[in-house]
Amino acid sequence: MTETVLDVRDLAISLCDGPTPVAAVEGVNFSINRGEVFGLVGESGCGKSLCALALAGLLKAPMAISGGQILLEGRDLATLPPREMRHLRGNKVSMIFQEPMTALNPLMTVGDQIGEMFVLHRGLTARAARMKAIEALEQVQVSSPERRINAYPHQLSGGMRQRVMIAIALACDPALLIADEPTTALDVTIQAEIVELVLDLCRARGTAVMMISHDLGLVARICNRVAVMYAGQIVEQRSAGDIFTAPAHPYTRGLVDALPRLGRRLERGQERLTEIGGVVPAIRDFPQGCRFAPRCGRVTPECRAAPVSMTDLNKGGRVRCLHHV
Amino acid sequence: MIPEAEPLLSVQGLKVHYPVRHGWRGKPLAVKAVDGVDLTLHTGQCLGLVGESGCGKSSIAQALLGLVPATEGVIRLDGHEITGTAKVPAMALARSAQMVFQDPMSSLNPRQTIREILSGPLRLHGMTDRAEREARVAEMLSLVGMAPEVASRYPHEFSGGQRQRLCIARALILRPKLVICDEPVSALDVSIRAQIINLLLELKDRLGIALLLISHDLGVVEHMSDRIAVMYLGRIVEEGGWREIFTAPAHPYTRALISAIPDPMHRDRAPARLGGEIPSPLSPPEGCAFHPRCPLAMPRCHSGGGPEFTRISADHRARCHLLQTGNPHV
Repeated sequence: MTETVLDVRDLAISLCDGPTPVAAVEGVNFSINRGEVFGLVGESGCGKSLCALALAGLLKAPMAISGGQILLEGRDLATLPPREMRHLRGNKVSMIFQEPMTALNPLMTVGDQIGEMFVLHRGLTARAARMKAIEALEQVQVSSPERRINAYPHQLSGGMRQRVMIAIALACDPALLIADEPTTALDVTIQAEIVELVLDLCRARGTAVMMISHDLGLVARICNRVAVMYAGQIVEQRSAGDIFTAPAHPYTRGLVDALPRLGRRLERGQERLTEIGGVVPAIRDFPQGCRFAPRCGRVTPECRAAPVSMTDLNKGGRVRCLHHV
Repeated sequence: MIPEAEPLLSVQGLKVHYPVRHGWRGKPLAVKAVDGVDLTLHTGQCLGLVGESGCGKSSIAQALLGLVPATEGVIRLDGHEITGTAKVPAMALARSAQMVFQDPMSSLNPRQTIREILSGPLRLHGMTDRAEREARVAEMLSLVGMAPEVASRYPHEFSGGQRQRLCIARALILRPKLVICDEPVSALDVSIRAQIINLLLELKDRLGIALLLISHDLGVVEHMSDRIAVMYLGRIVEEGGWREIFTAPAHPYTRALISAIPDPMHRDRAPARLGGEIPSPLSPPEGCAFHPRCPLAMPRCHSGGGPEFTRISADHRARCHLLQTGNPHV
C-alpha cells in the first residue's frame, strides 16, 4: 500500500515577466501514496492552484517551473518535453476543475468528450470509444447513459457536468487525480454526493488523489494527510485528524478559530470570531523572514530575521514555525 | 423573545413569477421563483434565509428592494406597503432598505473615488451641504473600521475584505432600517470572513438594524441568525429559531442540508447523500416539491398541492406530511 505515486521535491514556480524572476511558490515538498487522498489547503493566492497546474504540466507563461522535481512513478515531469507531457496528461495524471461549464467543450457532445480519451490514449475506434464512454458515464452514476452521451454540456445540470468531468478524468485509469476545488461551484447537497463519488471511484481503483480546496472542513474530513499553504510555501503538513483538532502553526490555528463551523454556536455561544488581521501578501511583497510574521500574534525578532525552514513535530508531521504550538 | 407590536418587515403570500416562452410561438409559461412566502423580521434581529441555488432566495431580496415587481402578495416595510398600487416611492424605499452584494469586486464603481461612492446617495437624497456629507462619510468609514483618509482613493486600491467593508458603509450611509446581505462573505478568503461577520453582528447591535442574511453556508447562518427560514423551490419549508433549526430540524430537507456539511470533528461520519437533482422551478413536481429527493416520501406526498405548515412549537413550523401524521421518524 505504501507505493509512492507522486514525489514532489523542492518545487519552485516563478513569475518570469520582469528582469528577475519572482518566486511565487518555493520549497514545496510532499509525496502521495497509491490510494491516498492528500489535501492541499490555502487561501486564494497562496499558490495551491499553481502547484496543481505544474503537476499537470499546464503552467502558462509568465509562470514557469524554476526548480525542483515532480516525480510521477519515478519520471520527472518538471523537465519532460511538452510532447511527452501531452501523452501523460489524461493518461497517467488527470485533473478535475472547479467550474465544469468552462472546462467542458460546449460544441462537443458529452459522449465525444469522454470517448476522445479512449481514442487518443488507448487507440480505440470511434465505435468502441462510444461503448466505453457509456460505461464510463454509468460508473459516475449518470442515469440512462445511452441517452445522455448525445447531450451537450449546456443541457446538463451543474452536478451532472461535474460527473462528466470525473468520467473524463478517470477514463484512462490515471495514477494521480488532481481535483482543484471540485465542488466549490456546486450546491451543498450536490457537493457531498460529488465528493463521495470521487472518493468511491478512486478507492476502488487505487488512484492517488490530490484534493485542493479552501474548505478546511472538507479536507480534514476526507483526506489522509493535509498540507496547508501560505504565501507560496507549505507551512504545516499533518495527518488530517490532527490538523483540525491540534493545529501547530499560528496560521492554521487562526484559520480553524476563524471558521464559523456548524455547531460552534451551540457549544460556545455567539462569541466574536477570532480574526486574523491584515491581508495575504502579494507575490512581490513576500516578507524576508517568516511570511506570516506581519499577521502573527506570536512574532519575535528572530521570525523576521531569516527565512524559517520546516521542522519535524514530536506528534508527527512538519511545521514551518519557530514558535509553534 | 417578546414580539413587538408591528414587525419592521412583514411579507405575506409573496409570489414572484417570471414569464418565459419556449420558442417564438411557444406557450407562455411562468417560472415560479417565489411561490407564496411569508416572512417577518423585527428590528435588531437577523433572519437567515437558506437554500440552494434556484430556490428563490435572491428573488425575495430583489422584491424587497423593489427591483423586481411582486406578482402577488403584500410586503410591508417600516409601516409602509411597498407592493401594489399604494406603494411608496423608490427613493423612500431606498432610505429604509439597502443591500450588500456577494462580490465586492464587481459592486463598486471602479471609476469613482470612495468619497463619490459614499456621498452619491446622500446628494441624491437631498443632503446639499458638502461639509455635512463629508462628516457623514467620515463617520461611516470609521464605523466600518476604515480610516477617513481612504475617501479619496479608488476601489482597486483595496483588498477584498476592505472592499466589502466599503460596500457595508455604502449600504448604511442612508441609515436604513433593513440591510439585506446576499452571500456577504462567500467571495472572501477564509481568514477575512471572520472580520466581516464580526463587523455585521457588531453593527446590527450598535445601530439596531435588521439583517436579512441570504446564504448557503450553514456555518455562517448558524453563527449570525436569530431566526432561520429554509427555502426549497420557491417556498419556505421550515422556519424557526436558530437553536430549534439546528438541534431539532423537522423537515427532511433541512436535515439533509445540515448533514451534507462535512464535519471535521467527526471524520468517520460520512455526509448524507440526498440523491437526485434540484427540480426546475419551470415544472415543479406535483405534491410536495421535495418528494423526488426525499428519503421518507410516502404515497400521499406525490399528489395534491403540497403540505401546509404544521406548527411544532410556538416559534417553529415546517411543511411536511410526516409531521401531520405524527410519524415516529420525525
